Amino acid sequence: MDAKRTTREIVEGGLARRRRKEYTFRLVGFFATAVGIMFLGVFFASLIAKGSSAFKQTFVQLDIELDPQVIAPDGELDLQYADFDGLVRDSLREQFPDVSGRGDRRQLYRLVSVGAAYQLRALVESDPSVVGTTQTLWVPASADVDMLIKGNIDASIEESLRTLSDQQIGWVTALQENGRIRSEFNNALFGNGDSREPELAGIKGAVMGSFYMLLVTISLSFPIGVAAAIYLEEFAPKNRWSDLIEVNINNLAAVPSIVFGLLGLAVFINWLSLPRSAPLVGGLVLTLLTLPVIIIASRAAIQAVPPSIREAALGLGASKTQVVFHHVLPLAMPGMLTGAIIGMSRALGESAPLLMIGMVAFIVDVPGSFTDPATALPVQIYLWADSPERAFAERTSAAIIVLLGFLLLMNLAAVIMRKRMERKW
Amino acid sequence: MQSTTLIFLLTFMSAAAFYFGRRRSIDIVGGPGHGTALHSLPGYYGYYVAIWCILPALLLLSLWLMVEPRLIVAFVVSSLPEQYQSLTEGELDLLINNIQNLASGDIVSVNVDIALSSSAEMYNAAVVRSRQLLAVLSLGIAGLGAALAWRRIKPDFRARNRVENVVHWVLIAASSIAIFTTVGIVLSVLFEAILFFRKVPITEFLFGVNWSPQTAIRADQVGSSGSFGAVPLFTGTLLITCIAMFVAVPVGLMTAIYLAEYSTARVRGVAKPLLEVLAGIPTVVYGFFAALTVAPWVRHAGESVGLEVASESALAAGLVMGIMIIPLVSSLSDDAINAVPTSMRDGALGLGSTRRETMTKVILPAALPGIVGGILLAFSRAIGETMIVVMAAGLSANLTANPFEAVTTVTVQIVTLLVGDQEFDSAKTLAAFALGLMLFVVTLCLNVLGLGVVRKYREQYE
Repeated sequence: MDAKRTTREIVEGGLARRRRKEYTFRLVGFFATAVGIMFLGVFFASLIAKGSSAFKQTFVQLDIELDPQVIAPDGELDLQYADFDGLVRDSLREQFPDVSGRGDRRQLYRLVSVGAAYQLRALVESDPSVVGTTQTLWVPASADVDMLIKGNIDASIEESLRTLSDQQIGWVTALQENGRIRSEFNNALFGNGDSREPELAGIKGAVMGSFYMLLVTISLSFPIGVAAAIYLEEFAPKNRWSDLIEVNINNLAAVPSIVFGLLGLAVFINWLSLPRSAPLVGGLVLTLLTLPVIIIASRAAIQAVPPSIREAALGLGASKTQVVFHHVLPLAMPGMLTGAIIGMSRALGESAPLLMIGMVAFIVDVPGSFTDPATALPVQIYLWADSPERAFAERTSAAIIVLLGFLLLMNLAAVIMRKRMERKW
Repeated sequence: MQSTTLIFLLTFMSAAAFYFGRRRSIDIVGGPGHGTALHSLPGYYGYYVAIWCILPALLLLSLWLMVEPRLIVAFVVSSLPEQYQSLTEGELDLLINNIQNLASGDIVSVNVDIALSSSAEMYNAAVVRSRQLLAVLSLGIAGLGAALAWRRIKPDFRARNRVENVVHWVLIAASSIAIFTTVGIVLSVLFEAILFFRKVPITEFLFGVNWSPQTAIRADQVGSSGSFGAVPLFTGTLLITCIAMFVAVPVGLMTAIYLAEYSTARVRGVAKPLLEVLAGIPTVVYGFFAALTVAPWVRHAGESVGLEVASESALAAGLVMGIMIIPLVSSLSDDAINAVPTSMRDGALGLGSTRRETMTKVILPAALPGIVGGILLAFSRAIGETMIVVMAAGLSANLTANPFEAVTTVTVQIVTLLVGDQEFDSAKTLAAFALGLMLFVVTLCLNVLGLGVVRKYREQYE
């Protein structure tokens, strides 16, 4: 036999090896794709597993005697200083008459949230005629009891390792047997501002803060972004200045967001002395942050308008400005709006620059204007994630679900708008 | 008068100005039927008057609001009694703050004496007076501008050209904001950084290996001299970024290859949007996931094989950051791969090479510049990423290359130095701006390089 192999033999000899390599390569690619998607799955599963229970809150039923001696000592309602806490405690003691000793009683009082007193005050305020009667009310349980009911506190581990004592668990079981404990939709989560007590903490303040901020952002960045895109696409002469603007915009899109926060701190707060923690300043910073995104999207939308439209309008005697504002802009608007929504969804998720301008303060009140101190939804998530309580971890997940829900809605709107209004030329 | 009310009034006035300008242009040629006698459409005359009504007034308004606080403070300070005139700058700031708080009815940190309360009253009076003056002036200017513009309307007046000229300048101004932003970033960061380097030599900052940014509040305090050697921060940033790139580059690149070359259209149609979802998740959410799920998991996994793992290990933050960057790498690689002409791919396949060989020997080498550019952009993104590391990485500045230990990063330090109460002239606060300057310069270089490479590469095949 000839020792020298033909080309055909060489190729055929290597074929099996090459096919094997091909197969492995393909498999590696498949797994790489799967990694990202799997992470997404794990991520959402763990989020929902952790967060879904936060939409429910445990309530305890108490028979509270609204003693006129306490609420209206001199015949006059004294909402400010009346000891509503004491009334709640009295009713707890009545519920468990055999609890004695200061320590035990204090443990007993911890079953119910401090929010019970606020609820009582609100009740009396809205209807003073209840004073003197005994009301049967569902009041929020404390966060620890809530966690126990939701199964997040393991009663079988050693007593000193959990936040509830054996005695407290016993009381809760007794309440449960009497039908005095139930789970309801957690209104506080959506109706309250921040609080140190997990069972009273809500995201309304943060959502309103984000809302005001985005209002500032969209009302500034959309007109400015569209105007800039129009200039760059339709009017700008090809010179150094236009090149500089163009390079700048592309670079700004990639500057770390925290640097924009430094800018906001130095310029808006330190130099222009605008108020700290205000949605106005947050909105201004986010405007600068989203401007590149909107400009780039708007330019793409303008580029997609065929030149024939411009030529036809020019041919009929329209001025350059009329061509742009009467013909190009309306046709490019869907694309620009889509870009704006995507820019807004980026702004909604942004938190690093907001930390710089003081929007991380603990703020209980729901902001009512552009200059009230406020936080934003992602910053609220950051703040809650730092809290050690188990109940806050649950609420953080819930807040994340809400945030992702908003983002999903915005992106869906963008997709639908693109599908609906898209024109093929 | 509130400035929002004022702006509302001005808007209303300019709307009226539009109406009257338009009316006059029609009336001046003798009714709607004679429109052709006008140079421009009647609406342009309306716009012309409206612009002259609102633009000068708005300019005055914004200038006034910018200058007003300083002027009022200077006025109040100059009329303070003798004993306050000789205060140091810091004490004076405190005093002004107290006066302002007193004026707005907030809590005041010192005992209120007569001088203080009288200056608070003066402050309030000055604010009221200034706002009245502003309202009168800006409304007056608006009216005057509108009246003058209204008088100029004649049939041969070139209103359209005037209006378009203004529009043109507005467009230029809007597009220049990008430049002003960059200039603003550079100036604000540079200015504070220079102040910092006056206190701490730049060589110590760049090459020192000790980072403990605690400065003494009182001179006699112990153990708080503060040292600002940023090397541990740079190595920490680099460590976490490298871990992230180790995850993101192979996975992202292989994803791009698989989706471009192997997957069916249906798989691609599902996988691509899903990866985009990954890119759309806010970083704070990644941070939460890193701190509460991945970090404990890494710790348990490490302990089960006998490794000592810090609970805020660099590994956990890096892994999650890597996952965050996967979509960026894969989409940029996808662009690069798709930009390679099909003829090259078809040629290689036609010569009998397998798809893997086509990919590794023909397409990837051709697409390499684009991919490298994309990786540079991803690198810069990872360096500047803040929330993940703030939530999942540590605060202590360890100089180590061990991914199981806790390290801190530049962005984490910026956040910790600047969150909370701060005075603007302490080395501690200024250090954050010096770090910000480093961050900006490094990411800018990476971005310019990356964008340049990507663009040059794209042009090569176009």
